[in-house]
Amino acid sequence: MIKDIASFITGSARIAFKGNATFYAWIAFLGIVCLWGLTAWWDQFQHGLITTNMRDQVSWAFYIGNFTFLVGVAAAAVMLVIPAYIYNWKPIKEIAIFGELLAVSAIVMAMLFVFVDVGRPDRVWQLMPIIGTPNLPSSLLGWDVMVLNGYLVLNLLIVLHLLYTGYHRRPYKRSFVVPLLLFSIPAAVGIHTVTAFVYAGTAARPFWNSAILAPRFLASAFCSGPAILLILFQILQRTTSIKIKDEAIWKIAELMAYAMFLNLFLFGAEIFREYYSNTHHLIHTQYLYSGVHGHDALVPYAWASLICSVVAFLLFLIPATRKNLVTLNLGCVLIFAGVYIEKGMALVIPGMTPDTLGEFYEYVPTLSEVRVGAGIFAVGFLVFTLLCKMAIPILQDAASGEAGRT
Amino acid sequence: MSEKTLDRRTLMISAGLSTMAGISAAASGKSAGWIERLLKRRFVELSDERREEILAELEAAVQEKYGRDDITVGDTRAMDGVEFAYGLDLSRCVGCRRCVYACVHENNQSRDPQIHWIRVLEMAKDHGIDFAESDVYYDSEEVPEPESFYLPVACQQCRNPACVKVCPVKATWQEPDVIVVIDSDWCLGCRCCMSACPYGARHFNWTEPTIAADEINPDTHVFGNLPRPKGVVEKCSFCIQRTRKGRYPACVEICPVGARKFGNLLDEEGEMRYLMREKRVFVLKEELNTKPRFYYFFAT
Amino acid sequence: MENPIGPDPEPPDSDKLLPGSSSLAVLLVVFMTVSFLVLFSIVRGGVGHVTESEGGTRAFGPAEVTGVDFEIELLPGIEEATSGPDDGDFLVPPPPWSESGYFPCTECHSEMEVNPERRVLEEMHDDIVLNHGPSDRWCLDCHNPDDRDSLRLINGRLISFDESYLLCGQCHGTIFRDWRQGIHGRRQGYWNGGKSYLLCAHCHNPHAPAFHAMAPLPPPMRPQFLAQTTQEEVQEAANE
Repeated sequence: MIKDIASFITGSARIAFKGNATFYAWIAFLGIVCLWGLTAWWDQFQHGLITTNMRDQVSWAFYIGNFTFLVGVAAAAVMLVIPAYIYNWKPIKEIAIFGELLAVSAIVMAMLFVFVDVGRPDRVWQLMPIIGTPNLPSSLLGWDVMVLNGYLVLNLLIVLHLLYTGYHRRPYKRSFVVPLLLFSIPAAVGIHTVTAFVYAGTAARPFWNSAILAPRFLASAFCSGPAILLILFQILQRTTSIKIKDEAIWKIAELMAYAMFLNLFLFGAEIFREYYSNTHHLIHTQYLYSGVHGHDALVPYAWASLICSVVAFLLFLIPATRKNLVTLNLGCVLIFAGVYIEKGMALVIPGMTPDTLGEFYEYVPTLSEVRVGAGIFAVGFLVFTLLCKMAIPILQDAASGEAGRT
Repeated sequence: MSEKTLDRRTLMISAGLSTMAGISAAASGKSAGWIERLLKRRFVELSDERREEILAELEAAVQEKYGRDDITVGDTRAMDGVEFAYGLDLSRCVGCRRCVYACVHENNQSRDPQIHWIRVLEMAKDHGIDFAESDVYYDSEEVPEPESFYLPVACQQCRNPACVKVCPVKATWQEPDVIVVIDSDWCLGCRCCMSACPYGARHFNWTEPTIAADEINPDTHVFGNLPRPKGVVEKCSFCIQRTRKGRYPACVEICPVGARKFGNLLDEEGEMRYLMREKRVFVLKEELNTKPRFYYFFAT
Repeated sequence: MENPIGPDPEPPDSDKLLPGSSSLAVLLVVFMTVSFLVLFSIVRGGVGHVTESEGGTRAFGPAEVTGVDFEIELLPGIEEATSGPDDGDFLVPPPPWSESGYFPCTECHSEMEVNPERRVLEEMHDDIVLNHGPSDRWCLDCHNPDDRDSLRLINGRLISFDESYLLCGQCHGTIFRDWRQGIHGRRQGYWNGGKSYLLCAHCHNPHAPAFHAMAPLPPPMRPQFLAQTTQEEVQEAANE
């Protein structure tokens, strides 16, 4: 058993780190960006969060916005698992694992964003049960830490089992993997719902304190995560020997269209409520879409996000544009941009602007924050690259082995 | 799992935790109570003797840091039968901000970067109480401006505190005498509480706070005005170092117009009950159901 | 032929080699470039700007505030006092002007003839501007003509200057009741023990009682300027 594990580790490491010049260049580039981020983070660790532009008035910003977006991306792996394993649809079944790999990378990035955001990173262990004092059941962030770690473990178990059995050319244990995969569906919904509840439960921030926030999060997650996957699949097709059926891509795009419709509908419902009821709370939405008292820094980005989302929705809805790879990719990029802005600038910042005492502090990230963010994204890309590099040959081996056997 | 494996695992876990705790202690510059941290015992869960020891360690550390041997660190407990309440007379407040600076002086707040626990909002008389139209940065030649009134805001020590609910590590809680306290040695600095507070009452140490040694108030309470480290949240503690010894908070004593009232809500003869009977009190953002203990009123 | 390591050098099946794949590269490059440009222009633009005149651009601490003493000294005797309205005794500081050379008034007024005519004073006390209530109010409405070291209530009872609140309370009853309970005016001391009050005259000049406006202490620092600390390396790290 130990020998098997050891050979798996060394074997997959060998596969993961050997490649061609492009591969090494890519890894080197990611390494440099990581280092760029790490040096910025070290400055931040020494001086405190004053190297960011977060202040009492806007106390959550760039890092938490990215965290929220990435939890959504992680949850979106379920978009592949449902058709693959609930509906047993073979074209997606072959590629469902990439959703898991993306989920693992996204969760790692999300947790890193939380780590860099806290004032005392040396105390994060206090969040863990048994050795720390997590405030369960009442603290939503406490729950978020639990479910994110649980989801990471869940996905790692599935991935490692598939890779381990594939490496040793053994069939994977269906009775182990399938229940875990099925469980990952409510788990994916769960992680993003808990993250949404962190915001939605905050009565002090009326822009967030809405029942519709959790469904909106899920809807936007289920279109943004697969958007990344579609682009990644095409890159993988070009750079590795993996083959992905067109039908799989088109089906994913179709599901994304429905998710984006839901996202836009829920957004419309929010807009109606805000503008029609016209209470004091409207000021946050006004700040976002039209500016208040001359404070209008977010207005162009809010409208850009909306336009990107609507155009992408149309591109995905119409079968002709959905099946044309050029417009499909354009749609993916537009969705990514739209949802990234929506989860970052158009969620966290207007929730805190104006602040609870009516003050407008127009936040923008500092270069230091951007560097740390870039570094974390580089880590995520690195994790995903290495996992794919490891997984593709192993799985192709296993698939051909199975085909050979049957 | 065999006995041997269990021991090895436990050993590894303990080694890992000790390393983390050691790094934590080194990084925080404080060795006080790190064993307790390892075993997840927060300050309030410790025995009296151990608390005394930790207070002595904190005292030594803060004395060394500021080069003063007169600094004391206490942890006076809540008095029985006492629930504090605060009254603020809006017909009297002139917006002079003496309370703001008296609080800074009393509670060892950082001068640089500046932290103020009390924020005084200038509002227009013909608008009424409207936070969106208020201004905390007013800089008039003289106050009160004829068209304005002034509303100071600090921690409301709510009966239903949102901040306590959301803290992921139980670093903040409400004491029996109603004061919501923060354990600076446990706070993660995640700022969930700052998000949750509807009154903007919580403030963060974005970098190492600085106070000149000769400006330190030496009589400190571990949950009150003991100088805080970088990366933790702080807020008004109703001058816990004074009020638990029976004294008025600093802001009450400095207000030149007597707009601030403080006392034991359970005392039927006290000034707080008198003002609730005779004046009409209200609270801020009442619809959020935080049930503050900070009552605003108009005496005339 | 399996090739688990490295990319397959042969292109994928021709029906998969859609025109999209190189357009994807172009799209991604354009998208990344535009995103970075936008992001860096946002970062360089800086936070919401504030003009110098809008206040809150400098940090002040209590040490920089002149004219206010933040060390509050309690009156002697407060520790022992159990004062309160029901106990009868109010701990108050000495009345105003009692230590400025005016008091005791009888030093000048004991030999002087009493002139009860309402007039504007010209020889002494001409610095007093009387602006208290109705226009025909004048000095001897409150001050006792025969013995200037006392004040006189409406019923003729004489009181000393440190009980002046009884005089004020005759007209300002509601305020007086509030003051007795500690709701009006400042108290210092112990919420569960001895407290010191102030006399009406300590805050309200009895001759012109309207409260004067005062200069406010400086505004707090705006968040845009918070990082302007003396620690240079922090500024550098923040602003790169």
